[in-house]
Amino acid sequence: MSQSSFRQHFMPGLWENNIALVQMLGLCPVMAVTSTATNGLGMGIATTAVIILSNLLISLLRNTIPAEVRNPVMIALIAGTVTLVDMAMNAWTHELYKVLGLFIALIVTNCAVLGRAEAFALKNGPVASMLDGLGMGLGFTWALTLLGGIREVLGGGTLFAHASSLLGPAFHWMELQILPPDTGVLLAILPPGGFIVLGLLIAAKRIVDQRMAARQQAPSSPLVMLQS
Amino acid sequence: MSDTTHSSTVTETAAATSTEAGIADRLARLRARLDYQGLILGFLCAVVTITLLLGDRGTRDLIGQRQMEDKLALLAQVLPPALYDNNPLQDAVKISDVEFSAQAVEVYPALRNGELQGAAFQLGTVGYGGVITLMLGVDRHGVIQGVRVLSHKETPGLADKIELDKGDWILAFDGKSLSNTERPQWAVKKDGGEFDQFTGATITPRAIVNGVHKALEFYARHAAEIAAAAQASADTQGNPS
Repeated sequence: MSQSSFRQHFMPGLWENNIALVQMLGLCPVMAVTSTATNGLGMGIATTAVIILSNLLISLLRNTIPAEVRNPVMIALIAGTVTLVDMAMNAWTHELYKVLGLFIALIVTNCAVLGRAEAFALKNGPVASMLDGLGMGLGFTWALTLLGGIREVLGGGTLFAHASSLLGPAFHWMELQILPPDTGVLLAILPPGGFIVLGLLIAAKRIVDQRMAARQQAPSSPLVMLQS
Repeated sequence: MSDTTHSSTVTETAAATSTEAGIADRLARLRARLDYQGLILGFLCAVVTITLLLGDRGTRDLIGQRQMEDKLALLAQVLPPALYDNNPLQDAVKISDVEFSAQAVEVYPALRNGELQGAAFQLGTVGYGGVITLMLGVDRHGVIQGVRVLSHKETPGLADKIELDKGDWILAFDGKSLSNTERPQWAVKKDGGEFDQFTGATITPRAIVNGVHKALEFYARHAAEIAAAAQASADTQGNPS
């Protein structure tokens, strides 16, 4: 896989076609779990794993799946994969399951997974599809962690509370108390706060995009002069 | 990765020189047929179903074991380990009491040397957002050894201080019993009782205080029955008595 196609498949999910901030898919689990940064991170990691797996599976089977019945086939495959992962984690990595278990069941309702299967994996090879899944998943993860972090600091004054139960005791240093306890704005943790903060994040992303576009256009001529 | 796998349009136009292209061509024709569409959908669903059945069979016992370990760890929080040397989950007895719960309550007896030292059981009480499930441990005199919240749907940030992770409110029940705390005391302070409520959340603590009080009454009504049933189940399992 050449570097240009790596960039072409991996990069869009991180910023320009971010699931949460641009495609705005899978908002139901997003609103439900992002009351803390740790929850956002956990949901992001679990979703990344599922998107990579389901993209690989759909991509391998893409030539045998007729367009007319692709939706039920993809839904059956994704739901089956998620359920298997759920059972396996519950049996063999039970400690991790106690933290992530909630998110795994919610991923079935995440239409972003189906969205990637439909928009990418059905038309591309397995390696490209897995790269796409990784990029989309990581983009989803940072957006969710940021969303959860902002809501957590505003609502409870903490950041990454209970991170050590998700990542292991070595990550205890991540658990910070930003504001004094019991000073938070409750609204930020409740569902409306999720919509408000997500709206602000989307607006911020648009502003950054506009600035970047403006910067690329304006100083181009002096730069060319310098180079020549 | 070859170009043929990258795009199916290439394979359709290309002459079927390689076998790979031939297969892709045949698949493309197959995909347009209605009978194939029905068959592949049915086949893939069958494969997914069978895989899930196998997965369930392979993991069910392990998951059951893990859940039992979780429950034992929880029991250890509401019953001091010195109270029992049995496995309370295995010696569980079912007690029916319509006044306390519509369904039979599973009581986990704490036995030491075959004698009843206390018991733990789950209870549900209706809070602000739905049912709050609690685990309660008492000694044989009906004195509370510990209460823990198993699940709840109360407002985060306001009423979730009932979790031990977020506050030690729930520890206020330790050592309380029907005899050392009179009926009027079993209420939040706002209602003239002795338990704290939370700022902006009275319904949740009120529900838990009432639920715990009802649970103590339930235990008082059935203590003899639990002792007899636990004794019988311990004897049949050959525990030393």
